[in-house]
Amino acid sequence: MTEPTADEGRRLTVFLVDDHAMFRAGVRAELGAHVDVVGEASSVAEAVSRIAATMPDVVLLDVHMPDGGGRAVLEAMRRSHPQVKFLALSVSDAAEDVIGLIRAGARGYVTKTISPDELAAAIKRVADGDAVFSPRLAGFVLDAFAARPDVPVADPELDQLTNREREVLRLLARGYAYKEIAKELFISIKTVETHVSNVLRKLQMSNRYELSRWAADRRLV
Amino acid sequence: MYRPRDHRVIAGVASGIARHLSIPVTAVRVALVVLLGFNGLGLLLYAVFWAVLPQQAPTGEPKPRRDLVLLLPFGAIGLGVILLEGLLFGDDKGVAGTAGWLVAVIAVGAGVIWHQSDPTRRGHWGDSQAPWLAAVVAESDRRSFLFRFIGGGVLVAVGVIGVFAVYGPKNNLVIVLNGVIFALVGLLGVGVVVAPLLWRTFSQLRSEREGRIREQERAEVAAMIHDQVLHTLALIQRNSADIKEVQRLARGQERSLRNWLYKPAASPTERFGAALEQAAAEVEDTYAISVETVVVGDTQCDERVAALVAAAREALVNAARHAGVQTVSLYAEVEDEELSVFVRDRGAGFDLTAVADTRHGVRGSIIGRMQRHGGKAVIRSSPGDGTEVRLTLPASPMSVTAAKENAR
Repeated sequence: MTEPTADEGRRLTVFLVDDHAMFRAGVRAELGAHVDVVGEASSVAEAVSRIAATMPDVVLLDVHMPDGGGRAVLEAMRRSHPQVKFLALSVSDAAEDVIGLIRAGARGYVTKTISPDELAAAIKRVADGDAVFSPRLAGFVLDAFAARPDVPVADPELDQLTNREREVLRLLARGYAYKEIAKELFISIKTVETHVSNVLRKLQMSNRYELSRWAADRRLV
Repeated sequence: MYRPRDHRVIAGVASGIARHLSIPVTAVRVALVVLLGFNGLGLLLYAVFWAVLPQQAPTGEPKPRRDLVLLLPFGAIGLGVILLEGLLFGDDKGVAGTAGWLVAVIAVGAGVIWHQSDPTRRGHWGDSQAPWLAAVVAESDRRSFLFRFIGGGVLVAVGVIGVFAVYGPKNNLVIVLNGVIFALVGLLGVGVVVAPLLWRTFSQLRSEREGRIREQERAEVAAMIHDQVLHTLALIQRNSADIKEVQRLARGQERSLRNWLYKPAASPTERFGAALEQAAAEVEDTYAISVETVVVGDTQCDERVAALVAAAREALVNAARHAGVQTVSLYAEVEDEELSVFVRDRGAGFDLTAVADTRHGVRGSIIGRMQRHGGKAVIRSSPGDGTEVRLTLPASPMSVTAAKENAR
C-alpha cells in the first residue's frame, strides 16, 4: 500500500500490547520510521488503563497473554472507546484465536512473521477504517460461512455472505491484493474494501448459535 | 496396635495386645486361657483379634504363602462360633448345627469384606505367590472389586436370612421377611464400616491416575522439545552465517510446532488437506521459499485427489524454481461439486506459448495429469505480473465420465 500519512502532516499513533519485552522493542524499532509508538503495555490491566490515557489511533494487540489476553483488552475497551482501532498481531494463526479476536471487535489480524512494511501498511489501513484480512483469515471465514450454506439460521441476512463477498474472500485467500481483486472483478478498490468491511461486520454480529456450532464442528469446545 | 512377627506362638495376638497395653505377655495369655472357660470366649476373642489386627510391616524377605495364613482368621472365627453353638445348644444338634454353619458363613463373609476394604492389605495379597488368589482378591479393576463386594454382601445376607429361617417355625413367611430385613440392616452396618475406606481407596486411585496422565503429557512435551526445538536451535547456532539455511530451519521448525500445537493429526494419504500441506512443506524445505497455504474444507483422498495434489505440487515447484520470489500462495477449496486448487506467485511470469514442446513440466505433469483424471488445469501468466495455476477436479467419479463425454 502507500506510504502512510507523512503527507497528511500527522503521523499515526500506535500502542503496543505484548507480554514479550523483546518483541515490543523489535516492533518499536521497525515501526519507528512509519508511525509514532506512544505507549506499551505487557498486561491486560496495564493496557486498559494506559490505552485510555494515551488514546492512540491503533492498538497492536497480542492474543495470548498470561492474564486473559487480547480478548480481555478488547472487551474492556470496545464500548468505552469505540474510536480506538485494534489490530491483532499474534504468533498464533489458529482458527479459534483469529475468529475469536475478530468477533470481539478487532479490525484485522496479522501474524508476527509479517514484514515491517506490510505491518505499517496494515496499521494505516486499519486506521482508515478498513479491515485487514490475511489470506489465511479469509480462508477461515470461508470455512466458517461457506461450508454449510443449506443449514437454516435464525437471521439469514445477518449470517450469510453474499456471493460477491464470497468471491472477494476467495480472491483474498488466493493471495490477491485489493487492487488485483478490483481488476479481476471489474469493480473499484473502494468497493472491494466495502465488501471486506461487510464481511467483518457480519462476522462480529453473527449470532451465538452460529458461533457455537462453528466451534463445536472443529472440536474447539 | 498390630501383631508382631517375631514374638509369637500362634499368630502373635497375645504379644500384640501385651505391647499395646504395656503389660506382660504371660498375663494376657493366662487371661485368654481363663476366658476359654466361659463358653470358649477366649478362643473367640483370640480369633477376632487375629482377624482384625494388622500384621506388623514385613522387615525382611516377605514370607511365601502369607495369603493362606491371612485367610485363617476367618476360618477360626467360623469354627469358634460353631464351637460356641455346640456348647450352648449341645442337646439339639440338628437345628443348632445348621445355625452354627450359617453364623460361620456370616463371619467369613464379613471378614472378607473387611479385609478387602483395607488397601494396604490388598496390596500384600496382590503380590503374593498364588496367582489364582491374586485374581480373586487383588484390586486389579473396578469390576472384580464390585464382584467381591457383592459376593461378600450376598454371603452375609444369606447367612442372616438363614438364621431366621432355621430358628423360626417351618413355612412361616413372616419370619423369612424378618430375616430379609435384618439382613439388610446387617449389610447397611457393613456398608457404614466400609464406606470411608472405599471412598479413600477410590480417591487415591483417581489422584494416582491423574498424576500419571500429567506426567505422561509432560514427558511428551519434553521429548518433542528435545527432539525438534533444541536440535533446530543448535543447527541454527552452527549455521548462523548462512541466512538461507537459518530461514529454512526456522520455517520447518515453526511448521512442525504449529502442527503439533494446533492441528489434529491427519494422515496425508487419507485427507486432502493434509496431503496438500505435506506437499507444500516439502517444497518449502527443498526450495527455501514459504508457501502460504489456505485450505477450505476437506475430503477423503483417493487416486484422483492424489493426482490433483501431485499437480499442485508440480505447480508449487515451478513457482519456486522459476518465479524468483520468496512467497507462493496455495489456496484449495472443497465444494460439493468440485475441488479447486490455486497456486499463485507474483514473480517473473512466462509466456505459455513460448515454452518449447520438449519441456514436459507444465504440459505433462500439470495439464496432462489433470485431463487424465477428468479435471482441468488453466495457467494464467504474463511476464512481470506473476503466474496463477488453476486446477479443478469434479467431486465425484460420476461427473468424471460426464466431463470426458463433454470433452468429446
